[in-house]
Amino acid sequence: MTRQLTCIGCPMGCQLTATIENGVVTEVTGNTCKRGDDYARKECVAPMRTITGTVRMADGRVISVRTRTDVPKEKMFDVADAFNRARPKAPLHIGDVVIADVCGTGVDVVATANRE
Amino acid sequence: MKKVQLAIVGGGPAGLAAAIAAREAGLQDILIIERGEALGGILNQCIHAGFGLHTFGQELTGPEYAQRFIDRVEAMKIPYLLGTMVLDINENKVLTVTGRETGLIQIQAEAIVLAMGCRERPRGALNIPGTRPAGIYSAGTAQRLVNMEGYLPGKNVVILGSGDIGLIMARRMTLEGAKVHAVAEVMPYSGGLKRNIVQCLDDFNIPLLLSTTVVDIQGQGHIESVTLAQVDERRKPIPGTEQVIPCDTLLLSVGLLPENELSLSAGVALDGVTGGPVVGDDLATSVPGVFACGNVLHVHDLVDFVSEEAGRAGRSAAEYVLHRRSAGRTVALRGSSGVRYTVPQHIDADAMADTVTVRFRVGQPYRGAALCAWAGDKLIRRIPKRILTPGEMESFPIRKADIPADCDTITFTVEEAAQ
Ligand SMILES: Cc1cc2nc3c(=O)[nH]c(=O)nc-3n(C[C@H](O)[C@H](O)[C@H](O)COP(=O)(O)OP(=O)(O)OC[C@H]3O[C@@H](n4cnc5c(N)ncnc54)[C@H](O)[C@@H]3O)c2cc1C
Ligand code: SF4
Repeated sequence: MTRQLTCIGCPMGCQLTATIENGVVTEVTGNTCKRGDDYARKECVAPMRTITGTVRMADGRVISVRTRTDVPKEKMFDVADAFNRARPKAPLHIGDVVIADVCGTGVDVVATANRE
Repeated sequence: MKKVQLAIVGGGPAGLAAAIAAREAGLQDILIIERGEALGGILNQCIHAGFGLHTFGQELTGPEYAQRFIDRVEAMKIPYLLGTMVLDINENKVLTVTGRETGLIQIQAEAIVLAMGCRERPRGALNIPGTRPAGIYSAGTAQRLVNMEGYLPGKNVVILGSGDIGLIMARRMTLEGAKVHAVAEVMPYSGGLKRNIVQCLDDFNIPLLLSTTVVDIQGQGHIESVTLAQVDERRKPIPGTEQVIPCDTLLLSVGLLPENELSLSAGVALDGVTGGPVVGDDLATSVPGVFACGNVLHVHDLVDFVSEEAGRAGRSAAEYVLHRRSAGRTVALRGSSGVRYTVPQHIDADAMADTVTVRFRVGQPYRGAALCAWAGDKLIRRIPKRILTPGEMESFPIRKADIPADCDTITFTVEEAAQ
């Protein structure tokens, strides 16, 4: 099986073709540099994304949040849903945990702004 | 009249970095004036990750990036006023200011840093026919509504313009439960970063329609649908290609304009291409003691470059107050053959630092080209570029040692790949 994807490593945006056999990337073509090869191998097998959004606090104010690190791409909508259900209390500071281990990813959702 | 050595207009990333650099250069008497209710400028509504890779080596969100600079301003005890707007600056560097704490007052500054940022191109500048119903927002307004006020403007969205703010909002509204039907771009290429096209559109199967524009808007009271059509090379709609897309929201992401009313009232000369002040390598404008940096100078896409540029403006302003640099030989910089403009527009070949970074944008995408700097017909530096796009600002370092003694103009050009 092959998959077409666009490298996001730089503005060149090389069109990559990855050959996947039994869930393993065996070949990448179309890349101009090594970063394209690395990107295709990761993106085809375990794509990851940092999710950002907002959460409404118990007092009604809005605060911006993020997953502290990347989470699996297929969890994007579940994580966004979890943002909508959380109602954290003030005070919150940058890096404070708003949702621990979101959607079983092992990654915490943390505040990206300060609310006293 | 209240007096201050350095007044900084705007408390966004540019104003903050300028203030920090001026204090580090030894200036004590600094005042940041910000019309908003918080420092940080537009970054407060840019809650996605991707800021600060150059400066901090990690991908911060906008508010996190801003807070690092706000914390330093607080630690250095640099005074600032919030909810305070600069209404006017005159040619003698007197600022007219109105604010909650101050009331209407005048402030005499020895030096001023202009850091007012930019605003979005409004719909009026676009000339879309059709009715003028509710439900049409600039992408930045939608960004503020969703990210600061927690309010989703609509559920069925079409976006006109593929600039980065529009792309970011396509993802944001999708994750909030809206359906983004299409992003239409009148040009044959997107002005947005590849990364944003992949992660904000492709990830959600949102179509990017190139060479396509909005030709009509339908709806009484509230928008009900838009008509899209493909355009030819001259950007004229092609009859027969129209398609009607039902929607309740149209976002316009069609570019940013530096905000320079104050610069004009202060007598600062503006550049016709950038819309921002004409500056030298020290970021000094045409009015002595007035400096400019950030999006008010030219529209940036990387906040890291804003902070770096603003640092230079802050240092120059401090130098101006503490010990003026003596003027030397002025060399004009200009763009030609694909290079649309340069910032700075001139440099001082004697007083300049050993290397000055000249920034500019190209007019169209190029592959396998090179950027060249010429002193007359002498090539002083050539930098090969695998790719050049209008969406990415270029940085071209010019070394003092490379500037010939008899040179009065350096011209930057794109050398296209041989066919
Ligand atoms: C809607 C929008 C969204 C953006 N999103 C992104 C993004 O996602 N990623 C990215 O890298 N870049 C983004 N940018 C670009 C971003 O603006 C720059 O990276 C950076 O914020 C520019 O910093 P600045 O300090 O020059 O301007 P700003 O951040 O705009 O700060 C200017 C400040 O000056 C204040 N001000 C203006 N006039 C006055 C006055 N008369 N008196 C007092 N105060 C005044 C304003 O209130 C504001 O706080 C965006 C720009 C806009 C307009
Ligand atoms: S493969 Fe290399 S050159 Fe091509 S887009 Fe990716 S990072 Fe850029």
